[in-house]
Amino acid sequence: MSYHGGTTGWLITRHAEAKELLTHKSFSARQEGIISPVPTELGYAGPADPGAFAKTDDPIHSRYRKLVTGFFTVRRTRQFAPMIERIVHEQLDDLEKAGPGADLVEVFTESVPSRVMCEMIGVPESERKTLQRHVETLGRLSCTVPEALAAVSGMSGFLSRFVPVRMDDPRDDLLGDLIRGGQLDEQELMGMTATLITGAFDTTGNMLAMGVFTLLEHPDQLAKLREDPELMGTAVEELLRFLTISHLGASRWALEDVEFAGQSIKKGEVVTVALPAVNRDPERYDNPDQLDIGRTDHGHLALGHGVHQCLGQHLARTILRVGYEALFDRFPTLRLAVPGDEVPMRDDFVHYGPRSLPVTWDD
Amino acid sequence: MRITADREVCCSAGQCALIAPDLFDQSDEDGSVVLLDAQPDTGRLDVLREVVSRCPTGAIRVEEDPGV
Repeated sequence: MSYHGGTTGWLITRHAEAKELLTHKSFSARQEGIISPVPTELGYAGPADPGAFAKTDDPIHSRYRKLVTGFFTVRRTRQFAPMIERIVHEQLDDLEKAGPGADLVEVFTESVPSRVMCEMIGVPESERKTLQRHVETLGRLSCTVPEALAAVSGMSGFLSRFVPVRMDDPRDDLLGDLIRGGQLDEQELMGMTATLITGAFDTTGNMLAMGVFTLLEHPDQLAKLREDPELMGTAVEELLRFLTISHLGASRWALEDVEFAGQSIKKGEVVTVALPAVNRDPERYDNPDQLDIGRTDHGHLALGHGVHQCLGQHLARTILRVGYEALFDRFPTLRLAVPGDEVPMRDDFVHYGPRSLPVTWDD
Repeated sequence: MRITADREVCCSAGQCALIAPDLFDQSDEDGSVVLLDAQPDTGRLDVLREVVSRCPTGAIRVEEDPGV
């Protein structure tokens, strides 16, 4: 395919090849070689900031990532469930107060994941909404260079105030643990904190909102879930597969000339894995376009694959499970307040989801 | 049947602990794989095949019929 600006690149739509590409040693995730598959003014001029491990390769990537992975294991993230439940219910109290017609995105889906991550790293609530706006700006493809620069400087302004204060007085949280570990300097701690904030905020938020929207639009599936709450685990996996909100996929670039999937890929060329297509590959899934919350064959790549597979994936799963359960339990008559096709969508964002989701219910 | 898990190769994605939490855990230190039961019942073979296929780095191997 041809990327914006005419550069030659490649698109992967098959599940098997996507898995192979994302674990292939000849392809890099370093940001300086990545070209966006869709036009945007946003781009990276050079290598990732110290500590911003998502856009680096091993061994730099794993050195940073291993320092925080202990907080994001399956067991550890399940232990966060009581904290997540408290936040979910506080936001649902706000939804109740806001009353029928409220925007679920504003009151619930956008607030829950950002509050959870802020609590994990000790970011004061007073800073949260501003940070959320910065993350949102940087995830919007139509964002102009001055808008992006303002968001970046807002973000780094916060980090350069916040991180040194915590370094003087580390708390009993994720950031405190990293500081006490003594392996990272101030710049690296700032890069790491930024990565955790940007990785956690709009990803799970959009998934939470899209999941609710989708279940409301598939009443048979929602009824099935209400009948058998044990299906929540597979329902979350199926929603991740079916929706694949990272709709621009994952991109890598060739570190050398390489033969891949029968093609000759030249050094420097970018390969984009079309994650939504991969997760509906008819060679991999029966009835791929059908939402079936009882589906047990997952293995989807909605959270990526390989060493860069989403760090917060198990935390996200816990938030989604707790969030859907509590919402549908407390608002059993929840429904959209506008026709489904009138819900405004974030087409121009890195992560897909509704801009707002007006909902109503019987009081 | 015998499972082996290579912590050097492991990238701590936690797919094993997600799919079969009675057989796999992750270390609190760096999230790498901790094998809880190396010789489970042969009835778990399907689950283990899924674990092997989902592991991003091939850190987990299953010998289906050791030394017979």
